[in-house]
Amino acid sequence: MTVRVQSEVFDAGAELNAFAIGHSDVGAVVSFTGVVRDTDGTLHQMEIEHYPAMTERAIAGIVEDAKSRWALKDVLVIHRYGTLSVGAPIMMVATASAHRADAFAAADFLMDYLKSRAPFWKKETTADGSAWVAAKDDDESALNRW
Amino acid sequence: MNVMYFAWVRERIGVPQEVVHSEAATVAELVSELAAREDRYAAAFADISALRVALDQELSDFDAPLAGVREVAFFPPMTGG
Repeated sequence: MTVRVQSEVFDAGAELNAFAIGHSDVGAVVSFTGVVRDTDGTLHQMEIEHYPAMTERAIAGIVEDAKSRWALKDVLVIHRYGTLSVGAPIMMVATASAHRADAFAAADFLMDYLKSRAPFWKKETTADGSAWVAAKDDDESALNRW
Repeated sequence: MNVMYFAWVRERIGVPQEVVHSEAATVAELVSELAAREDRYAAAFADISALRVALDQELSDFDAPLAGVREVAFFPPMTGG
């Protein structure tokens, strides 16, 4: 299991390839990459603030929860903070299991929990100024699926 | 105890963290004390349903006791992922 919280950009493809090799008992690898989206062509940049003393521990707790629910061989979580440009990767999750159902479900679960239980806050800057991204009710209710 | 603020809570109060000497028994009591300090605190704590709290880096509740707690953090709902 690997959890990395970093400001530096990462190469999601290279990370996934490195994650996927070297497990003889893995038959399924699922990954998700979150990218800075410019919905209407006005976004200059995104800033992500986090709570350093809590972040890695919170993510590790979510990963442990996933490992207790599904038969996972390995998990990778990378999440960035700082100033991110449009199109840049924000975060990625990868899960490895013997069969695909566990890897798919665990990746879905990890994303739901990282969204509203990992201490990150997004702020978007456009020509009109900066605004904090509000959490959606759907993000909170998504946790009830699990 | 060390009190930390993140995102718009930090911006509204104007500092990322501060040492607070308080006899508050619960998070809610601490919020009442802070909100009574100045307008910027009152503004930040006007609607605690819009806030979350962590005690010693663990998510908690506003009715949680503060005995033995060294770090309290206030922030809006998280927007990771």
